[in-house]
Amino acid sequence: MRRKQKGFAAQRRFTDQYSHWILLSPYVLLFVLFIIIPVGAAIGLSFTDFNTIAKPSFTGLANYINLLTNDAVFMQKVLPNTLMYAVFVGLGGYILSFLMAWSLAQLTKRPRMLLTVILYSPSVTGGVLLSTIWSFVFSGDKRGLVNYVLLKLELIETPIQFLKSPEYLMTVMIIVGLWSSMGIGFLAILSGIVNADTELYEAARIDGVRNRFQEIIYVTIPSIKPQMLFGAVMAIVNTFKDAGTGVLLSGANPTPDYAGQLIANHIDDYGFIRYEMGYASAISTVLLLLIYVLSRVVSRIFAERE
Amino acid sequence: MKRNRRFEKRHKGGRIRSVGVNPRSFERGQLKIYAYLVPISIVMLLPIVYIIVSAFKPVDELFAYPPRFYVKNPTFDNFRRLFEISADTNIPASRYLFNTLVITVVRMAGNAWIAVSVGYVLSKKNFRSKNALLQINNAALMFVSVAVAIPTYFVIVYTHLYNNFLVNIIPALVAPTGVFLTKQFIDQLPDALMEAAVIDGASDYLILRKIVFPLVRPALSTVLLLSFQGSWIEVTASQMYLDSETGKTFAYYIGNLSLGGSVSTQGVAAAGALIMFLPSIILFIVLQSGVMNTMAHSGIK
Repeated sequence: MRRKQKGFAAQRRFTDQYSHWILLSPYVLLFVLFIIIPVGAAIGLSFTDFNTIAKPSFTGLANYINLLTNDAVFMQKVLPNTLMYAVFVGLGGYILSFLMAWSLAQLTKRPRMLLTVILYSPSVTGGVLLSTIWSFVFSGDKRGLVNYVLLKLELIETPIQFLKSPEYLMTVMIIVGLWSSMGIGFLAILSGIVNADTELYEAARIDGVRNRFQEIIYVTIPSIKPQMLFGAVMAIVNTFKDAGTGVLLSGANPTPDYAGQLIANHIDDYGFIRYEMGYASAISTVLLLLIYVLSRVVSRIFAERE
Repeated sequence: MKRNRRFEKRHKGGRIRSVGVNPRSFERGQLKIYAYLVPISIVMLLPIVYIIVSAFKPVDELFAYPPRFYVKNPTFDNFRRLFEISADTNIPASRYLFNTLVITVVRMAGNAWIAVSVGYVLSKKNFRSKNALLQINNAALMFVSVAVAIPTYFVIVYTHLYNNFLVNIIPALVAPTGVFLTKQFIDQLPDALMEAAVIDGASDYLILRKIVFPLVRPALSTVLLLSFQGSWIEVTASQMYLDSETGKTFAYYIGNLSLGGSVSTQGVAAAGALIMFLPSIILFIVLQSGVMNTMAHSGIK
């Protein structure tokens, strides 16, 4: 009887002493399974030739060399598309988020809440929903909203096939991307501005800050650097995560003439359509590296200087 | 001179600020902001309004030219058809909807539990590898799952999650953003609260239940919102890891309907889109104050 109690006490001591690991273990386990192993495997496979049937065979840097020298689609379409999308939707969306957040912070609480909901709501429309909504707007017949307006204004004579033609697909993708760019990063920035110490602004005025623009540069941004950094990381991730928009809107992978092909689509194309897993993994590794480097750059910019 | 006067107006006799950040009351200066913010909001809202209106349009109005932003004879036909079309797959739409509900509830509970327990440990406990774990989780904020879709596929096959309903749930329990936000929020709770409980002999589990959970409600609402939004539109598992239809989600079902793209299915697609969209927004409106409160602590330092 006594022994049993002792055993129970020892067990209790164990669960208390290692409580942090017990609480962490489910997350750590799943984290290793679904983040660490896939990232490690992607890097490992990128140095091999692997078609899913035969065992992967080591080929050194061959995939990377091919990617940089032999893959005309990657160099001429995918990379320029990705960079353009990143600049307009990533950077542009980030700046737009900041400007909207700043503007909203100048309003009283109730209208601010209402407008925040409106600006935020497009960001919850992932995938399926996004293509449904925008295929109404950019539909290729005269009932499409944009075509209707353009026809009415007599700017065009026949409806434009926005989603099927290479010339317009990227523009549509950028519009859709910007429309849905005010997500969680935007909320972080808005909340940071609203909750910043108002005395900072008064002190800055006494120190000679004269207009709103100076106020933004010298007071607002420095006081919410951590939120700006969080927002920037979210903007980068959202930009490069996007594989769906072009394919969903045009209804084809590859997109017409590769006009909407982004780096994530290129991975799908090689991995799940051509089964060249080694090569696809090399593209994955390049994408992960790109995101990592960009995130380092933004952390430099917004680092808290002590 | 003009500037000076405005300055005085704002500060005379310690009056409550009505210009600048987070004003208490309306002031004419705010009109400039409304002048561009309202039009932008309307433009952003238009596509959504159009979808909502289309969901209630009868077929003849869907075909009508010119396209209209209002509906003359609103009908629930599109919603009814949405649930009837599934007859040809032999699986009723309600099955997909049921799957989505189960996935959403389980994921919300799982995400909330993991975010709070891990957030608490990473914030308030001291142990050797804590800093390394924090760094790794921060790096994982940049994680892009589509980039590693191929190795993830193999992990899913090896862990017997392939063709298993749980594949809708388990991979999604890894949510570094939720953990990060909760940890940041717990950081600002005073240590003294937990210390007092430890002196009284409380275990970490008890502290979590009695102290941390009640205090992290705002962070929790953020985690629940993100979790809900992710689950409600979940299609990845249905597209990639499930062969049998019985385990697939409602979002997947609706996605397949709208792939046709003809005008006759547009009304049904719009009805589906409405079902996908409205709950997320309503939940955001309900949880808004908690979410904004969490976001104030969201910064990466």
